Amino acid sequence: MINLIYLTTLLPLLGFLINGLFGRKIKNEKVIGLIGSATVGLSFLVVLGAFIQTVGLPIENRSNTVELFSWLNVGGLQIKFAYLVDQLSLTMSLIVTGVGFLIHVYSIGYMHGDKGFWRFFAYLNLFIFAMMNLVLGDNFVVLFLGWEGVGLCSYLLIGFWYDRKFEKGTTSQAAKKAFVVNRIGDFGFLLGMFLIYMTFDSLNFKEVFARAASFPIAESTFALIALFLFIGATGKSAQIPLFVWLPDAMAGPTPVSALIHAATMVTAGVYMVSRASIIFASAPAIMTVVAVIGLLTAIMAATIGLVQNDIKKVLAYSTVSQLGYMFLAAGVGAFSASIFHVMTHAFFKALLFLGAGSVIHGMHDEQNIQKYGGLKKYMPKTYLTFFIATLAISGVPGLSGFFSKDEILWSAYANGGFVFWLIGAITAMLTAFYMFRLVSLTFYGKERFDHHHVHPHESPALMTVPLIILAFLSVVGGYVGIPKVFSGQHGNLFEGWLEPIYAPAMAKLATFGSHTHLEEILLMTVSVTAALSAIYFALHVYRKNPQIAENVSKKFKGLYNLFLNKYFVDEAYEAAVVQPIQKGSEKFLWKTFDVKFIDGMVNGVASLVEKGSGLIRKIQTGVAQSYAVVMMAGIALVLLWLILSL
Amino acid sequence: MSSIPIECYLILSAFMFCVGVAGVLIRRNAIIVFMCIELMLNSANLTLVTFSSYLGNSIGQVFVFFVMTVAAAEAAVGLAIIIAIFRNKKTVNIDEINIFKW
Repeated sequence: MINLIYLTTLLPLLGFLINGLFGRKIKNEKVIGLIGSATVGLSFLVVLGAFIQTVGLPIENRSNTVELFSWLNVGGLQIKFAYLVDQLSLTMSLIVTGVGFLIHVYSIGYMHGDKGFWRFFAYLNLFIFAMMNLVLGDNFVVLFLGWEGVGLCSYLLIGFWYDRKFEKGTTSQAAKKAFVVNRIGDFGFLLGMFLIYMTFDSLNFKEVFARAASFPIAESTFALIALFLFIGATGKSAQIPLFVWLPDAMAGPTPVSALIHAATMVTAGVYMVSRASIIFASAPAIMTVVAVIGLLTAIMAATIGLVQNDIKKVLAYSTVSQLGYMFLAAGVGAFSASIFHVMTHAFFKALLFLGAGSVIHGMHDEQNIQKYGGLKKYMPKTYLTFFIATLAISGVPGLSGFFSKDEILWSAYANGGFVFWLIGAITAMLTAFYMFRLVSLTFYGKERFDHHHVHPHESPALMTVPLIILAFLSVVGGYVGIPKVFSGQHGNLFEGWLEPIYAPAMAKLATFGSHTHLEEILLMTVSVTAALSAIYFALHVYRKNPQIAENVSKKFKGLYNLFLNKYFVDEAYEAAVVQPIQKGSEKFLWKTFDVKFIDGMVNGVASLVEKGSGLIRKIQTGVAQSYAVVMMAGIALVLLWLILSL
Repeated sequence: MSSIPIECYLILSAFMFCVGVAGVLIRRNAIIVFMCIELMLNSANLTLVTFSSYLGNSIGQVFVFFVMTVAAAEAAVGLAIIIAIFRNKKTVNIDEINIFKW
C-alpha cells in the first residue's frame, strides 16, 4: 500500500475535477456528496493500509520514499515530485483523511439545499489534495505546493458565501484578510527555503536533515533559517503576531471551520516545525522564541475566549490557544507531544465545531450564545457529543485531551521551567472555564430564544453519526499516548512510534533534567484540580447564577473590554499597518505620484507632439503647386550639388 | 540631320522643359498646368530621340513610344479628374483647390 500512496492525493484531485467541472450539471446532491466523500474515504483506506504495512516493518525501514516524477530540473537544482511515507507523515495523513472524511459526510447534511453545494465539495476535495501534498511531500518544494494550496482553499472557503454579511464587512473581506496575512507568513517560509538551499545545497528533507546533523554550520545560520520557517508557521498556524485572520475565518461554513481552521490546515505550521525539528534543535535561541510565542498566544487567546459571545468565535480563539500549546511543546523540544496534541485536538476540536454547526443548523443560523439556552432537551445527541469534546479539551482525566495536554505541561516544566508550566496550567484552567461557559450558555439554563420564530431541532443522521464517531475518538484517542508514569516499562506508545523521526534533534538538544515521577504526578494533580475547579466555577456561574458574571464584568470593566475587543490587536494593526499603507497609497502613490508624475509624463509627451505638429502642419497648404515648387527646388538643389561636386 | 549639331536639340529640349516647369509652377488654370506637364514629357522625349539617333541605338525610340502611351493614358485620367473637380467646385483654378490638407 505504501507504493499506492499517490492515490491519496490523486483521488481527491479527481473528485475536485469531477465536482468542479460537472457539478453544476450533476445537480443531484447525493451524487456530488458521494463523489466528494468517497474519494476522501478511499484515500483514508489507502493511508490506513500504508500505516499497517509500515507498522509491520522493522523500525529502520519505516521511512520510505515514493518517487512519482522529476518535477524541476534547473541547473544544479533537482526537485523530484516524491512522497515521504514515514511515521510522521502517516500520522498526519491519518488525521487529515480520517477527520476529513467524517467532515465530508457531515457536510452532505449541513450544506443540504445550498446553491453552491457542488462548489463546496469541489473546494473541500481540492483542500484534501493540497493538504495531503503538504504532509506527504518529500522535500520543501512539494510541501510548499501543499502549503500554498491549502491557503488558496482556505481563502475560497472562507469567502464561500460571498454574498453574505460578516460582522462589519463581508465574508470576502474576511477571506482576503486571511489570504494577505498568510502571504506574510509564506514570505518568511520562502526566505527560509532559499536559505536552506543556499546552506545545504538541497531541498530534499532527508538530505537537508542529514547535512544539518553532520555539517559544521554556524548556529546563527540555523537560527536565521529556523526563524524564517517559524514566521511561516505563525502565519499558517495563527500565532502571535499573525493570528488575527483565524477568528475572521469563521465567516466560512462551519464544516470548513472544523476541517481547515481547527483540525488540519492550521496544524500545518506545527507539522513543519516538527518535520524540521533538527534545524530548530540546532538553534536553541529560536526554540525559546517558539516556546514563548506559543505560550503567549495560548494565554492571550484563552483570555479573549472567556468573553466572546459568538459560538464559533469562542471555538476559534480556543483553537488559537491550543495551537499555542502545540508550539509550546515544540519549543521545549517535545515534538512528539506537539504532534500528539495535533491529533487529539483534531478529534475534539473538529467535534466541537461540528457540534456548533449542528446547533447553528438547528437554531436557524443564530450564532450568539446569549440567544441559546436550554438546548439540551432539543438536541440530545449534539449535546452529548459536544459535552464529551468539552470534557476532552478541558483536560478531564481519562479523555484524549488530558493525555496530550498533560504531556505538554510536563515537558514545559521539565525542559522550560516552572513559569512555563504555570502559564500553561493557567491557560488550561481558562480553557476549562470558557468551554463550560459555552456549554452552560448553550445547553443549560433558561431558553433565551424567541419561541415563535426559532424551533430548535436535532440534526439528521448524516450529521450526528460523524459526531458520534468523533466523540468516540475524543475519548479513546489519548490512550495511544499514555505517559510513562502510568504505563510503566512500555513507555509512551505514541512517542515511541515517532521517536526515530526526532532522534537526530534529540541528540542535539540539551539533556532533559532529571525529575522524579512524584513531581510529575504532583503537577498533574495540581493542573487537573485547577481545571476541575474551573469547570465547577463555570457551571456554578453560568448555569445557576448568571448575574455573578454580569457583576464581575462590570467590576472589571477595563479588563472585560480589553478581552472583548481582543486586546485591540485588529485596531492596532489597522492603525499601524493598514491605514498607513492605504493612506500612503491614496494620498501619495495615487494622487501625487500617479496623477501628477506618471500621468503628467504621459500627457506631457502627447502635448509636446501636438504642439510641435501644430507648427509643422502649417507647411501643408493643400495647394498642389506649392508642393511642386518645393519639389522642383529640391531637384534643383540636387542638380546643383551634383554639378558642383563634379 | 548631321548638319545640325546635337547641342541645338538638347538646348531646345532644356528650354521646352523649363517652360513646362515654369508653367506648372506659376499658372493657375489646371488645363494649362496639364498642358505644361505634357510639354515637359515631350521635351524629355526629344532628348531621348536625339541621343538615340546620335548613338545609333534604337532603345531610346522604344522608350519614347512608352512615354507617349503613358502620357496618353495620363491625359485621359487627368482630364477626367479635372472635369470631376470642376463639377464639384465650379472652378479649375489650382489655388482654389486646396483639399490636399488635413
